[in-house]
Amino acid sequence: MFKGITYTASLFTIIVLFGIIATLFSEGLPILKHVNIKDFLTSPNWHPTHFPADFGILSLIVGSLVVTAGALIIAIPLGLGSAIYISEIAGTRSKEIIKPVIEFLAGIPSVVYGLFGMAFLSPFLIKVFGIPTGLNAFSASIVLGVMVVPIISSMSEDALSTVPRNLREASFALGATRWETIVQVVLPAARSGVISSIMLGFGRAIGETMVVIMIAGGAAQIPKSIFQPVRPMTAAIASEMGETVIGSPHFHALFGIAIVLFIITFITNLITEFVFLKKRK
Amino acid sequence: MKSSKMLVLLIICCVMLNLIAACVQKTNRINTAGSTTVLPIVQAAAEVYMQKNPKINISVRGGGTGIGIKSMINETIDIGNASRKINKRESDLIDKKNLIETAIAKDAISIVVHKDNPIVELTLEQLKKIYSGNIINWRSVGGNDKKIIVISRDISSGSFEVFNEVVLDSTMVKNNAMKLSSNNAVATAVSYTPGAIGYIGLGYVRNELKVLKIDGVLPTRKTAMNNEYELTRFLYMYTTDTPKKLAQDFIDFILSEKGQNIVEEQGYVRINSE
Repeated sequence: MFKGITYTASLFTIIVLFGIIATLFSEGLPILKHVNIKDFLTSPNWHPTHFPADFGILSLIVGSLVVTAGALIIAIPLGLGSAIYISEIAGTRSKEIIKPVIEFLAGIPSVVYGLFGMAFLSPFLIKVFGIPTGLNAFSASIVLGVMVVPIISSMSEDALSTVPRNLREASFALGATRWETIVQVVLPAARSGVISSIMLGFGRAIGETMVVIMIAGGAAQIPKSIFQPVRPMTAAIASEMGETVIGSPHFHALFGIAIVLFIITFITNLITEFVFLKKRK
Repeated sequence: MKSSKMLVLLIICCVMLNLIAACVQKTNRINTAGSTTVLPIVQAAAEVYMQKNPKINISVRGGGTGIGIKSMINETIDIGNASRKINKRESDLIDKKNLIETAIAKDAISIVVHKDNPIVELTLEQLKKIYSGNIINWRSVGGNDKKIIVISRDISSGSFEVFNEVVLDSTMVKNNAMKLSSNNAVATAVSYTPGAIGYIGLGYVRNELKVLKIDGVLPTRKTAMNNEYELTRFLYMYTTDTPKKLAQDFIDFILSEKGQNIVEEQGYVRINSE
């Protein structure tokens, strides 16, 4: 009986996954009838509702990558730093406070982050940096970065705390300082967990939709600086899908974007999995 | 053997869930969605209407005109709110005899800038050049030496299509124009961005924004009513042939004297005022 339940559950998940992949490709590939794959991926002109329409998604891909890279630049030092502090340096008291507080960040709905970015961060950045607009790749990166911190922090912390105690003791016995022990012994030993936490953070940032719709500015252009508005892939799909007629080239183009997004996250997942497998051997 | 039993059980569960959902839907609900320009009217009207008819529940959502019309066609909602006329692509999906269009109010698309901007007036031609990227500095239209931050609505917006038709006349909006997803988002962004220009419905104009004259005419109730202001448009509610009695009753309420007063309270222009 129990076997039956679990079997059905896992079967169901797999069916759903393959269903999604099949729909993605069957709805997305027909866009190649209207535009060749090179133009689709390398033209920066995205004018899907204009006549004649342009379906080039390069600016959307670049938008996603810029925002995600920015988020990771912010989140990796913060997340890893707090993980090291919690696992290696903090006493039990402060550990018990800091850890749940950081993890609480993960529980805040993304639309709340978006509101914060729109109503507070964006006007603030205009005042402080004197930039022309506050809705841009930079502000989206900051907010996404904060959202990714708890993922990197709590997973890395788990990885760090599973490093056996005797490794640290051996290092101390050899005369290494605490800093040397952390950087040269503990971190390398927890490498695979740390890397996969970063990969997961990457997946979270590139897939986040609400925040980038609200703060990234929505301009489909290749930004010349991080202070210019961008239109990440997820924002384009979510804000345009409602307007498209099912079966139109624009509809297929949006699914085409989804395929690109899917491939990117699939590859990162594969890398994570690969790192884990290597660890088990 | 056992797993097939479980499958049957799962299917039964699904069917029952569906039945429950179907029962819930049968209560007195009117679902509306669509244009964020029409949203304040519908929201205010729904509140008054629900107070009068406590048994009826009206759900009001935004999403943009495109989403409203599409959901109406798919019959996932009862009333689709629109800030433009239904277009051919959309009306081809539905038998035209079944489509009921009701104009419920009039609106003027107001061009707004930051309140510190010295500009008071633009011509339609200048507006076109700003949005297509031919004018990029306020100096070119008589303002300060400041880069123009062009803010447009997203493409699921009716305002976007009306604006493109009247102002841009088939030229493309420039690539680096920001595209925001609601009237409110545009109003907020313009209010704190010194170089910004944006367009919003009359009902979203507020004190922190400066409204520009276009070709010498300021968008007001009067200039919208007599079509003196060029960016004037009707706001619509779309339903299919067999609107639930409730939905029709709600639309009639908005067209009534009381409903039109609500339209005016929300900053828009009444429709039956001749």
